[in-house]
Amino acid sequence: MNTITIEVSRYRPEQESEPAFQSFEVPLRKDWVILDALNYIKDYLDGTLSFRWSCRMGVCGSCGMMVNGTPVLTCATFLESYAPGPIRVEPLANFPVSRDLIIEMDAFLRKLKSVKPWIVRKEEKPIEEGEYLQTPSQLADYKQYSMCINCMLCYSACPIFGLEPEFTGPAAIALAQRYNMDNRDEGARERMDELSTEKGIWQCTFVGECSAVCPKNVDPAGAIQRYKVTATSDWWKSFLLPWGNK
Amino acid sequence: MENTSEHSGKPFVRKIPIFWWIRRWVDLRFVLRELTSVCVAAYCMIFLFYVRSILMRPEAYEAFTAQLQSPVMIVVHVLLLGGLLYHSITWFNLAPKAMVIKIGTWQIPDLLVAAANYAGWIVISFVLFWLALN
Repeated sequence: MNTITIEVSRYRPEQESEPAFQSFEVPLRKDWVILDALNYIKDYLDGTLSFRWSCRMGVCGSCGMMVNGTPVLTCATFLESYAPGPIRVEPLANFPVSRDLIIEMDAFLRKLKSVKPWIVRKEEKPIEEGEYLQTPSQLADYKQYSMCINCMLCYSACPIFGLEPEFTGPAAIALAQRYNMDNRDEGARERMDELSTEKGIWQCTFVGECSAVCPKNVDPAGAIQRYKVTATSDWWKSFLLPWGNK
Repeated sequence: MENTSEHSGKPFVRKIPIFWWIRRWVDLRFVLRELTSVCVAAYCMIFLFYVRSILMRPEAYEAFTAQLQSPVMIVVHVLLLGGLLYHSITWFNLAPKAMVIKIGTWQIPDLLVAAANYAGWIVISFVLFWLALN
């Protein structure tokens, strides 16, 4: 059977002071993705290898890793595309590494929460009045941003986030836009206070790689630029019509 | 391997090398776009000095235009123009991402948004050119 070499980044903090690569030979099967190869290593070659995964179908967003320097979902990336190898598998770039291929994601989760990713209402209408209605066109306004699976590939692709870890980042800002553009939501102003800041949208210099690597075709780069346009027009409105905000 | 005091057990933070932007073409392209903004600023400065020389004595204007015609300045201008065109074109191509305009339920296509930006650029350039000639 044909095989292919996988160089996996290993980091066991109780043993090593920095990550190092370890090579494994795995079967090169046509129907195998990188995640299958990692599971093969864990099952047959080295049970101590640590990595995250869950659904195996590009929905859960758990198995994002760097493969030959590019952030990808390992469940959606075939081994054969990299033949004859070797293939380098590393933890997602720009994040601290907890162990082997597992990154520290607490800061990311805090950022997600900071943008209030839920429908904010000034006043909820009583249940008797029925549901909040939405036309297909209103749904289309935000639908692409709702496809995000929080896989964090966009953070790994973003050099700005690498240089400035406090940057709220692509997925969280796209998620804010998902709610801002929802006609049922009334929380845009609260989110603007959080995001029209140096750590928020103004940190972005429009590299555009976040959108290029997104496995769900979300366009976070576009979301951030649209946010900048809204923030600028809001600022001009409050400058020229200061009484308008009262 | 035994656990020693030098192994912190903490998450490992990877450092970003200073020359991170030359490793991949996409990063280099982005940095070039950002750096060529210097060409835009330089052109603005030259334009402001040009206007200043017009507002001063005619000899100042003559001296300034003579300076602009020197071989060094022509080479500088060609380089600046190259940088300015690269910067402007890459930005105008990105404009539709930021400008999502809807008229009713119809969203203006990306191509039209970019075309409007280019049209504005050309019209303003011609107006300035006409003003400079007259």
